[in-house]
Amino acid sequence: MSPTDLAVQTQQSSADKQRVVNDFSIQVATVNGSGSQTANIVLLRSLLLMGIPASGKNMFPSNIAGLPTWYTIRASKRGYIARKKEVDFLVAMNPETAKEDVLTLDPGAAVVYDEPLKLNTLRSDVVFYPVPFDKLVAPVCPDAKLRRLVRNMIYDGIMAKLLNIDLALMEKALTKQLGKKAKAVALNAGALKAGWDYAEANLPKQDPFSLEPMNETAGKILIEGNAAAAIGCMMAGVTVVAWYPITPSSSLCESLIGYMKKYRMDKATGKATFAIVQAEDEIASLGMVIGASWAGARSMTATAGPGISLMSEFTGLAYYAETPAVIFDVQRVGPSTGLPTRTAQGDLLSTAFLSHGDTKHIMLIPSSVEECYEMALQAFDLAEQFQTPIFVMLDLDLGMNNWMSDGFKYPDKPINRGKMLTAEKLQELGTWGRYADVEGDGIPYRTIPGDGMPSYFTRGSGHNAKAQYSERPDDYVNNMDRLSRKFETSRKFVPKAVVEQVADAKIGFIGYGTTHWAIGESRDQLREETDVKTSYYRLRAYPFTDDLNAFIDGHERIYVIEQNRDAQLRQLMKLELTPERCAKLRSVLHYSGLPIDARSVTEDVLAQEGFEVAKKTVHIATVAGGGMTGGE
Amino acid sequence: MAGKLNRIGLEPIIYKGSKTTLCAGCGHNAISERIIDAFFEMGIDPKDVVKLSGIGCSSKSPAYFLGTSHGFNAVHGRMPSVGTGAMLANKKLIAIGVSGDGDTGAIGIGQFVHLMRRNIPMIYIIEDNGCYGLTKGQFSPTADLGSKLKTGVVNDLPPIDTCALAIELGATMVARSFSGDKKQLLSILKAALAHRGTVMLDVISPCVTFNDHEGSTKSYSYVKDHDDPLEEVSFVPFFEDISVDYEPGSTQEVTMHDGSKLFLKKLEDSYDPTDKIMALRRLHETARRGEFATGIVYIEPDRDDFLTQLNVVDEPLATLPLDRVRPGPEALEEIMEGLR
Repeated sequence: MSPTDLAVQTQQSSADKQRVVNDFSIQVATVNGSGSQTANIVLLRSLLLMGIPASGKNMFPSNIAGLPTWYTIRASKRGYIARKKEVDFLVAMNPETAKEDVLTLDPGAAVVYDEPLKLNTLRSDVVFYPVPFDKLVAPVCPDAKLRRLVRNMIYDGIMAKLLNIDLALMEKALTKQLGKKAKAVALNAGALKAGWDYAEANLPKQDPFSLEPMNETAGKILIEGNAAAAIGCMMAGVTVVAWYPITPSSSLCESLIGYMKKYRMDKATGKATFAIVQAEDEIASLGMVIGASWAGARSMTATAGPGISLMSEFTGLAYYAETPAVIFDVQRVGPSTGLPTRTAQGDLLSTAFLSHGDTKHIMLIPSSVEECYEMALQAFDLAEQFQTPIFVMLDLDLGMNNWMSDGFKYPDKPINRGKMLTAEKLQELGTWGRYADVEGDGIPYRTIPGDGMPSYFTRGSGHNAKAQYSERPDDYVNNMDRLSRKFETSRKFVPKAVVEQVADAKIGFIGYGTTHWAIGESRDQLREETDVKTSYYRLRAYPFTDDLNAFIDGHERIYVIEQNRDAQLRQLMKLELTPERCAKLRSVLHYSGLPIDARSVTEDVLAQEGFEVAKKTVHIATVAGGGMTGGE
Repeated sequence: MAGKLNRIGLEPIIYKGSKTTLCAGCGHNAISERIIDAFFEMGIDPKDVVKLSGIGCSSKSPAYFLGTSHGFNAVHGRMPSVGTGAMLANKKLIAIGVSGDGDTGAIGIGQFVHLMRRNIPMIYIIEDNGCYGLTKGQFSPTADLGSKLKTGVVNDLPPIDTCALAIELGATMVARSFSGDKKQLLSILKAALAHRGTVMLDVISPCVTFNDHEGSTKSYSYVKDHDDPLEEVSFVPFFEDISVDYEPGSTQEVTMHDGSKLFLKKLEDSYDPTDKIMALRRLHETARRGEFATGIVYIEPDRDDFLTQLNVVDEPLATLPLDRVRPGPEALEEIMEGLR
C-alpha cells in the first residue's frame, strides 16, 4: 500500500459517517464542583450495562469548585479504552469553555448544549441540540438549592434518548451509583425522565451516533487503579501504612482505609490488625515505613512526584540499610502548582536512581487496574525478598480514572517474607552477619527487633558484612558489589515483559503503563490502514528482564512510546544496551498532560516511517483552562 | 560489679556498648552511662529495646550503650518517623531515641513537633550542647541569646526551648537535666522507662571541644552555676517494695503507668509538674533569669498513647500470621460484586 492510499481511506471513512454504532466518544464539559461526576458515571455505567466496552476519563482542574472540567466517555465495540483524540458528541454545560469546545470539534460531531449559550450560531457543520436545562429542572426539583446538582442528570436523560439507551437501564445505573439514598434516587430519576421526555418531544435525531446492546461486559468490574492497588495491599497483608495527602495518590490510601476498616478488624477483639497514619509530610511517611519494615511489618506509602523527590534521602538509606518498603508513585505532571491533576510518566528516570551515591531501585509498572492489584501483592513479596524499596509506578490516568476489568483473582500463594534468620538457619550457618552474602545471590539474612535473634546496628553505606561501622575501602567495595549482585538477581523475579511477536514485522514497539492502551489501538490502525505490521514489547518492570535484547535484535526499528518529554525509558535502556541496539531506538513522546491516544501514536510513527500523513488540527479544547489555583 | 545480676538475671556488661569515639569529657558519654545504669537497674531486657538516632555527635552515642539491642542510625533530623514506624510495627518494643539540639531544633523540628503531638511511646533524649560538634562548633537553635562561640561570634537569635515546645505540643512527660547531675538524670531516666507515652528529655551536655569556654551558656561552669532544680526527684520502681515517708505537703507523689512511683520533694515553692500552665510559666521565668529549670517539668501519666488511640491488636503487627492479615476469598468476592 502506498502512502497516498491513506489519505483516500481517511476521506472514505468520513464519508461513511452515516451511522456510527458503539464507536464514538462523548465529552461532557461542566464546571468543577457542580456534581456532574454522578451524572457522568451513571452514563458510563449505562453503557457497561448495555454490554458495550467503555471507559471514562476525568480531566479536572486543581480546584474544588468553579473551574472547567471535562469528562470523556468512550464507547468502543472493539474494546479500545484509551482516550480517543476526537470528540464526537459534546455536552456543553460550561459557559466559560463552550465556545472553544464547539470550535475544536471535527465536522460531523454533535452537541447538546444549554440553550441560553446560543452555540448553534458558531458553525454549521456540526449537529446542535439546544436544551433549556433551567426550565426543565425547576418542575422536577422543587428545592432550588439542589437544582444545580440535579440539572446534570437531565443531560443523561437527553443522551439516553438520542443514543438509544433504555431509560430503565439508566435508572438501574443510577441506583447502583447512589446506593441506598432513596430520596436522591427518586429525585434524579425524575430528572432523567424529564430529559428523556424533552428529547423525545423536541429533538429529532440528526447525528449518526447510536448505541446497540452487546455482550462484552458480563462479569466486568468498574474500578480506579488506586482502589485496585489498595485491594492488593490489603490482600498482601500490609500492616503499617503512612501517607501524606497528594493528588493523584490520596485515593489509594483513602480506599485502603475503607477496605481495612471493613475487612481487617480482628474478629475476636474488634481491634485493628493494621496501623494507618497520616504523616506530617512525605519524608516522615517514608521514615515511618522504613522504621516499620525494619521492625518487621509489611509497610507502604503512596505518593506522587513531589513526594518522591522528598523521599530521596530516605530511599537511599533504605537501599543501603536494606530495609523493605513499598512505595506507590501515582505519577502526575510537574512540581508545585504545575498540572497536579494531569497525567504523565515523568518520574521513571528520577525514581530508578532516586537518592545519592550509587542507588538503583526496582520498579513495577502496571498497565491495567488488574495489574495494579497484582503488582501491589507482588511488591510486598519483592520488598521483603530483596530487602529494598520497591516502587510501583502508576499514573493519574490509571490511578484516578474508572477502568473496566475482569474481577480480581484471589492470591494463590502465601506471602513470601524473604530471608529472615531463624534459630535453625543460624545453627546451619554457624555465624551470622547482617550483610553477608551466604548464598551468592547478594541477598543477606535479616533479623528484626524482638525476634530473639542476634541484633545489629543499622546505618547507611559505611558497614562491613557484620554491620559494623567501617570506612575501609575493601569493605565499601564489597558491599557495593554485593548490592549490584542483589539487583541482578532481581531481574529474574520482577514481572516479565509481555511480548507479542508478529511475523515479518520490521518495527517493534516498546511501551509501558497506561501507554499500552493507545499502543494496542495504534497497532491495529497501522495494520488496517497502512498495512504496517508491528511487534510489541510491554515492559512491566525495572530492572529489565533478559528478553529485551532479543526483542530489539528481532526488529529493524524500535519505537519507545512514552508519556514524557525526555524519552525517559529510552534513556534508561541506553545505559544497558549495546551501541548497535541503541541505534535502533526511536521515540514517540506524548506530554500534554492528557492521556496518550492511538491516533497520535499512529501519526507520529507514520511520519517517522516516511509516510505523508494528513495531520488533523490539534485538538486543544481540553488543554485550555489557565489560571488554575491550588497545589495539592 | 562483675557477677552482680539485675532482677531479670542479666549482668551489667550486657548493657554496655562499644567504646565511645566522642571527645574525652563529652557530656554525651556521661548520659550513655546513665542510660546503661537505668536500663540495668530497671531490669529491661535489651532484646526488647530499639535504639534510634539521627545524625551528629549525640546520634553516634547509641552505639555506646545497650550493645545487644537493635539500633538504627537514621537520616539527619528524621529519627522520630523511624521510631514511630518501629513502634507501629511492634508495640511491645521499648524505644529510646537520642538526638541533638541541631538534629532536633533545626533540620528535625518538623518531625519533633509531630512526634510530641502523637504521644508515641518513646524516650526522646536531646543531648543539648547548643552547637554543632561534628561540623566544628557552629551555633544550633538552642544556643542562648548572647552566647559566644570560641571565635567570638555572638548568637543574636532567640533559642528554641525544647521543653516548652514539647509541653505545648502534647508530650506527656517532659524533663530537663544536666549530664553532670548523676542522681537526678538517673532518676528521670528510670521514671521515663515507667512512663507510657512520649518522654522528652532535654539534657544539657556541654561540648568540651567547641562550647565550654567563657561566654558560652552551655559550658560546664555556666550550667553548674545556673542549674535551678524544680524539685528533688526520687523514683521507686513498681518491683521494689519501698515506702517513702515525707511530711504532708512537702512532696508530690505521682503514680506511673506501670505502678512505679515518683516522689517529687518540693524545694523553695510548691511546683506542680502536672499543671501545664505552671510548667510553662516556670520555664519562662527561669529562662528570663538566665537559668535552667531542671527536673520533671511536666507529667501527664494517664493519657492514651498513639497505639492505644489507633486501637491496634495486642500482638505486634510485624509478626501477625497470614490468616489474620489476609481476608478470605469471600471478602474479595464481596468487593468485586460491589464493583460490578
